[in-house]
Amino acid sequence: MRLAMTYTRLRTEERLLLDAFEGQGIDVDPIDLRSAVFDPADAGDWRRYDAVLDRSVSLTATLTAVRVLEGLGVRCINPLSAVEACSDKLATTIALLRAGVPTPAVRVATGVESGLVAIEAIGYPAVLKPTVGSWGRLVARVNDRDAAEALLEHRATLGSAQQGVFYVQEHIDKPDRDIRVFVVGGEPVAAIVRHSAHWVTNTARGATAEGLELTDALRSIARRSAKAVGADLVAVDLLECPRRGLLVNELNHSMEFRNSITTTGVDIPGLIARYAASIADTLRAREAASA
Amino acid sequence: MLETTTPPALCPECDAEIRFARPPLNGEIAHCSACSAELEVTCTQPIRLELAPEVEEDWGE
Ligand SMILES: Nc1ncnc2c1ncn2[C@@H]1O[C@H](COP(=O)(O)OP(=O)(O)OP(=O)(O)O)[C@@H](O)[C@H]1O
Ligand SMILES: [Zn+2]
Repeated sequence: MRLAMTYTRLRTEERLLLDAFEGQGIDVDPIDLRSAVFDPADAGDWRRYDAVLDRSVSLTATLTAVRVLEGLGVRCINPLSAVEACSDKLATTIALLRAGVPTPAVRVATGVESGLVAIEAIGYPAVLKPTVGSWGRLVARVNDRDAAEALLEHRATLGSAQQGVFYVQEHIDKPDRDIRVFVVGGEPVAAIVRHSAHWVTNTARGATAEGLELTDALRSIARRSAKAVGADLVAVDLLECPRRGLLVNELNHSMEFRNSITTTGVDIPGLIARYAASIADTLRAREAASA
Repeated sequence: MLETTTPPALCPECDAEIRFARPPLNGEIAHCSACSAELEVTCTQPIRLELAPEVEEDWGE
């Protein structure tokens, strides 16, 4: 059995994963996507891999590689459909709604005037986000009509075409914390809470994290979220709504876990490595049986 | 880690020695403990370090 791990920058997470593979005696080839050239008609050297674990920090590189590899019949972790559903907030919302998973109310518009109507339909405060983006970038709380008009105008004029999609979310009056559940192979394995005085609670933006015990409610919503997008590996971000309880805010297909191993006591990279190897083993066995 | 098999490289910002516990891979991120710059390995033989690029729009989880 043979695995590849694609990446664009080898961060702490990727180093921990390579160490985990090595520790478990699993053969894995790290492949820098920036130097890869793909032939969509020929798998070439990729044929030798039973599965590819993608860990690129660049969404563009991930989408490109996974699209081609899957087209060539290579099993990617996560599958393309899961990456697409997680990386675009509108796609995530649709997948969650279809699966009946609780999530904040959303309105979407593509014009400045309709954007304003969307914001007013949600009511103030509303949260305006780019549909594609991470680490809390450009996530804005809109408190009144003046702010809404200024922000929409600004995004429409200065932003990329992508920012012309106005994804407006109901603001959840959560406690000063966010919950994240890590899912590996469809199963919740660990959870953390992130505290912050600022309403944007991202560790990338200075929030502090600690371990949280997995409750049945957390397991259930995390499992259903992963299933809704067909993800092998996913970090489920939850907001605690005082009225509706746990709501899924967003799903991350390429989770960061470096600060969540000691806080939770769970060997997240070890579990990911074992899971990736089990997928590759199963495929290899199936191929041997059909040969 | 004191014992290293890999010869140290120099921080492009402050010239401090950067040591690797194991041979680094292309694209590996390192931190300079002297000036706390975030560095990226852009060549492995010999090891060349450059300042890691700014976060790009499509980066994330
Ligand atoms: N509807 C909301 N109500 C209240 N707080 C919110 C809402 N949406 C986002 N936030 C806060 O803002 C933070 C960033 O938002 P969000 O996670 O959607 O952005 P992101 O750029 O995808 O970040 P990341 O991918 O790193 O989690 C959340 O972790 C949460 O603390
Ligand atoms: Zn330095």
